[in-house]
Amino acid sequence: MNPIYASRRRKNVVIKFLCLAAAAFGVTWLALILFTLFYNGLTGLSLQVFAQDTPPPGSTEGGLRNAIVGSIIMTVIGVGIGAPLGLFAGTYLAEYGKHDKLTSVIRFINDILLSAPSIIIGLFIYGAIVVPMGGFSAFAGCLALAVIVIPVVVRTTEDMLGLVPNPLREAASALGLPRSLVIRRIAYRAARSGLITGVLLATARVAGETAPLLFTALSNQFFSLNLTKTMANLPVTINNFVQSPYAYWKELAWSGALLITLTVLALNIGARILGAERTSK
Amino acid sequence: MTDLSVSVSTATGPVPQAPLPEAAPKVTARGLNFYYGEHHALKNINLTLGTNRVTAFIGPSGCGKSTLLRIFNRMYDLYPGQRATGQLLLDQTNVLDSKLDLNLLRARVGMVFQKPTPFPMTIYENIAFGIRLYEKISKSEMDGRVEKALRGGALWNEVKDKLNASGLSLSGGQQQRLCIARTVAVRPEVILFDEPCSALDPISTAKIEELIQELAEDYTIAIVTHNMQQAARVSDKTAFMYLGELIEFDDTNKIFTSPSDRRTQDYITGRFG
Repeated sequence: MNPIYASRRRKNVVIKFLCLAAAAFGVTWLALILFTLFYNGLTGLSLQVFAQDTPPPGSTEGGLRNAIVGSIIMTVIGVGIGAPLGLFAGTYLAEYGKHDKLTSVIRFINDILLSAPSIIIGLFIYGAIVVPMGGFSAFAGCLALAVIVIPVVVRTTEDMLGLVPNPLREAASALGLPRSLVIRRIAYRAARSGLITGVLLATARVAGETAPLLFTALSNQFFSLNLTKTMANLPVTINNFVQSPYAYWKELAWSGALLITLTVLALNIGARILGAERTSK
Repeated sequence: MTDLSVSVSTATGPVPQAPLPEAAPKVTARGLNFYYGEHHALKNINLTLGTNRVTAFIGPSGCGKSTLLRIFNRMYDLYPGQRATGQLLLDQTNVLDSKLDLNLLRARVGMVFQKPTPFPMTIYENIAFGIRLYEKISKSEMDGRVEKALRGGALWNEVKDKLNASGLSLSGGQQQRLCIARTVAVRPEVILFDEPCSALDPISTAKIEELIQELAEDYTIAIVTHNMQQAARVSDKTAFMYLGELIEFDDTNKIFTSPSDRRTQDYITGRFG
């Protein structure tokens, strides 16, 4: 065999092995985390977890109902506020402001916001909303989550609209469609699954956020639907229960962690399926 | 008008013939210039598209033929830094008027693009969508209009059983005919074709060429093409462009048999381009 070719083949084998090892190393930890979660969380997962509120210290009766409901409420409202804002801003960047200098400035700032630690956003809402309003509230929690949702959705919206081929916009304009209809009826439609994927991923991101809620919605031992008061939620409850000395609280924390992970997993798989639909069309 | 159009469809093949009778002007350009920023892309273009005539634009890449086409419906207006000067009339309408309603202009001047651009919706909706922009009609009337447009695009027989399938599920040639049908459906006066066959196989190309000649009975047509045989087959008039200038504009027969300019002759005989 040609010696140059032979040495290239040897190098190929070595590099291939290193790549495989690196991939295996990464996946192993993920598998370990999932395994630990299922191992510790599944045992405590019963109907009681969904039917009863968080127990007082020392009790071995109770569930996570108030935390689950609180998490759902705050995530839905947070995404409900953040996603439309993100969609509008992303649409501006991709469609109207494409040739503006302002656009690159906005995109840069958005990227910074995207990678900002969520505890900073929690502190920001604490200073901007919680302190002036005189107390922790679920509503402040929703706002903190919304601030996290916005940059994610701005980014995915801009990227997804950027994938819509320009000839499609030209073709729509050539039929006499005004700009607004070209965007609403053609570009949104072409990018629909991508846009929904972005919102789903943003939802998955905020569903497990702890730090922003710690400074805003705090937590609540009781069931509450009042947005102006503190509200229980899974991440902060997990955080509190894990640090407690009570075995039953720790068990509940595992179950809560498993619930969040399963939710995030489901959202990601949903986003994947939508993404696959998009490419197969 | 009808007495003129009789001689139109016979103008194919490189056999010397008597000059075409003058058609009533539909689009008239006088001293038309175009700029991409600083770049002077079109220089002093003067020509007239005759009503119900097929006018072909040929020339090497970058000569400005697509640019010229995109002025006819002000497509360039979608992008900043592009501007046209001079005069361009559609009947009596000043196309370059900055106050002109572009959506109404584009309803009168339709366009078919190089790559098929079906909208991401059903075949039926692809057609109905454009009609709904301008007219409020009943479901049964709409069904009729959609069928008529698809027949006009020579596509009806192939899709009549799957009108609710996605427009994206069609083959490239079918998609292009869907785009033509969509354009025809809103009843424009002029249809611009920007290299409509360059992404298609020979059989689809033949179908579209046939269709273009049929459409000339009702519409004024301008077609940009890289394919000189195509220009010879489908058009009544041919414009040869080179480096942003209109070199020669005459009956297609004359251009392909006895061009008056040396550069035209060199191009059509394949000496450059």
